[in-house]
Amino acid sequence: MEPLTVYEGIAALLDRTNVDTDQIIPKQFLKRVSRSGYGAYLFYDWRFLENGSDNPDFELNKQAFKGASILVAGDNFGCGSSREHAPWSILDYGFRVVVSTSFADIFYNNCFKNGILPAVVQTADLSQLMSEIRENEGVQFKIDLAAQQLSTPKGTVVGFEVDEFRKECLLGGLDDISWTMQFDSEISEFEEKQRSTDPWLWSS
Amino acid sequence: MGKTLYEKIWAKHLVVSKPGAVPILYVDQHLVHEVTSPQAFEGLRLAKRKVRHPDKTIATLDHSVPTRNRHLPIADPIAAEQVETLKNNCREHNIKLLDLSNPDQGIIHVIAPEQGAIMPGMVVVCGDSHTSTHGAFGALAFGIGTSEVEHVFSTQTLQQNKSKTMRVRFDGDLPETSTAKDMTLAVIGKIGTAGGTGLVIEYTGEAVTRLSMEGRMTLCNMAIECGARAGMVAPDETTFAYLKDKPNMPTGAKWDQAVAAWKQLSSDFDATFDENVVISAKDIIPQVTWGTSPGQVTGIDQNVPSPDDFSDPEEQESCRKALTYMGLEGGTPMTEIAIDHVFIGSCTNGRIQDLRAAARIADGKKVNTAVTAIVVPGSGIIKKQAEKEGLDQIFIKAGFEWREPGCSMCLAMNDDVLKPGDRCASTSNRNFEGRQGKGSRTHLLSPAMAAAAAISGKLVDVRINK
Repeated sequence: MEPLTVYEGIAALLDRTNVDTDQIIPKQFLKRVSRSGYGAYLFYDWRFLENGSDNPDFELNKQAFKGASILVAGDNFGCGSSREHAPWSILDYGFRVVVSTSFADIFYNNCFKNGILPAVVQTADLSQLMSEIRENEGVQFKIDLAAQQLSTPKGTVVGFEVDEFRKECLLGGLDDISWTMQFDSEISEFEEKQRSTDPWLWSS
Repeated sequence: MGKTLYEKIWAKHLVVSKPGAVPILYVDQHLVHEVTSPQAFEGLRLAKRKVRHPDKTIATLDHSVPTRNRHLPIADPIAAEQVETLKNNCREHNIKLLDLSNPDQGIIHVIAPEQGAIMPGMVVVCGDSHTSTHGAFGALAFGIGTSEVEHVFSTQTLQQNKSKTMRVRFDGDLPETSTAKDMTLAVIGKIGTAGGTGLVIEYTGEAVTRLSMEGRMTLCNMAIECGARAGMVAPDETTFAYLKDKPNMPTGAKWDQAVAAWKQLSSDFDATFDENVVISAKDIIPQVTWGTSPGQVTGIDQNVPSPDDFSDPEEQESCRKALTYMGLEGGTPMTEIAIDHVFIGSCTNGRIQDLRAAARIADGKKVNTAVTAIVVPGSGIIKKQAEKEGLDQIFIKAGFEWREPGCSMCLAMNDDVLKPGDRCASTSNRNFEGRQGKGSRTHLLSPAMAAAAAISGKLVDVRINK
């Protein structure tokens, strides 16, 4: 997983609330066996017309938002099912940060498992950020994770909340597995001990 | 202060516990199937990691496999790809796979105990919510997400916060005509589908200890349907007798040593639970769901409820919605509901005792002409045993279809799918909208009740219509 420390990128605006996982990645794409390539299906039903061409009315299809890597969206982002395909599609599309006032619980946790920062900001701050994007589509925002601050070219500085443990993991580029692997010797010691106390659990 | 069974297993599996970080818990057994594993294997490959303990991992094909015409290639290309992917992944990582050519193949939660993969005191995980089944052995068993599947592959551990506990105590004896399915549905009916959220449930009481291992698996299987993280039953002589002749079990002095340790696995008399629920077992009559969540359940001698029967506005609204979806009117006696499909099987009720109970009802009778009924054994071992006992012939003569093992119509990921408006009496675990096919209507009940419904063409009270 790529560490996320200071990050700068184009901010795309998705001014909708309660964006659910069915919208993020519709269920017809859940039967695939790979973890990559879901970016092509992100927001599929909103993003494409019946004939498969880009829907010109969908926000993220705007030319100014091409290459965006920060998604600024309305309240309760990511509600619905527990499908991990939702963060996979967001990351694969190119987003590394999602900014909102609130996230659904499971989606929030799944973001960290996949190296995405879900940044929680105050309602008034979100409005400010949204209006700055509207005034200047294609604007780049800067995220300083260690300081828990988001800054804009206009000089606006907004604080955001993030779980301390999860923050450390993102800063160090440690996914859950990498974090746990720091304790490899503890795991091995545990196994050695269990071999002697509970030998029936160790048939080989 | 004493410890609960859950707390004992938790403490024995804690590898790392640091302030401010999520605890790391050791996993003794990892169960794998074709639907939630492919991306985890891909993640391993991308990160160039290996499966730490293939010997603590077992896989099967169950969710999307056909239950007929096994000699033909799988018709659904997506299912075929999932099956091929798991085969390749298991070969690459040296994981034991019970594939379709293996006579022991079946539903992961049915085959794992048969293969001796589950022991008391273990931590067992699987990318599947019905992993709670294995709590029947006094193991801590729960479902995990795909990232967590990859985490277990790589480290044989899981980052896991400690849960709170709930004791569900059944007082008195269960009537002979009621089953573990009725007990588990009655619990969900009492505490609701979110009543156990975040909790680990321990089921206790005479009615529980008298259950066979099959019954205990049915009971724990549906712990997840009230939102619980896991359900469990303390191991006892019934547990040890079931395990004794299973593959991979220790023998001789090692067996005695294991049993001595397993006997310590019960909640101490002075242990306290965060929540306590008491249910009178003698009052549990055969249960049937009427709505679109397992908590929307009632006794077979009751009527379909009306929105007015609920005081909470949210419950009124969900009742209204459920009745519309189910095509039912409040006040209708449950026994007047006509059905056109019957499904006997699943990780909840696809075991040999379930098939025996259904066969006892079906013996010498005929499936109603308006009904299509299928029996899907939970595993190859169960299918073989049932055939040895002649149960297959009882079913076939009565007009049931006798299928190959798999998850089948429980979640309709293969071609066992209902059509919109079809109404099914089903021994499975979820009656969500569209679960058995878009627009399909599911009534959850026990195997005997399902068999009785197949014959009558309506939901019937198995206590009266034997």
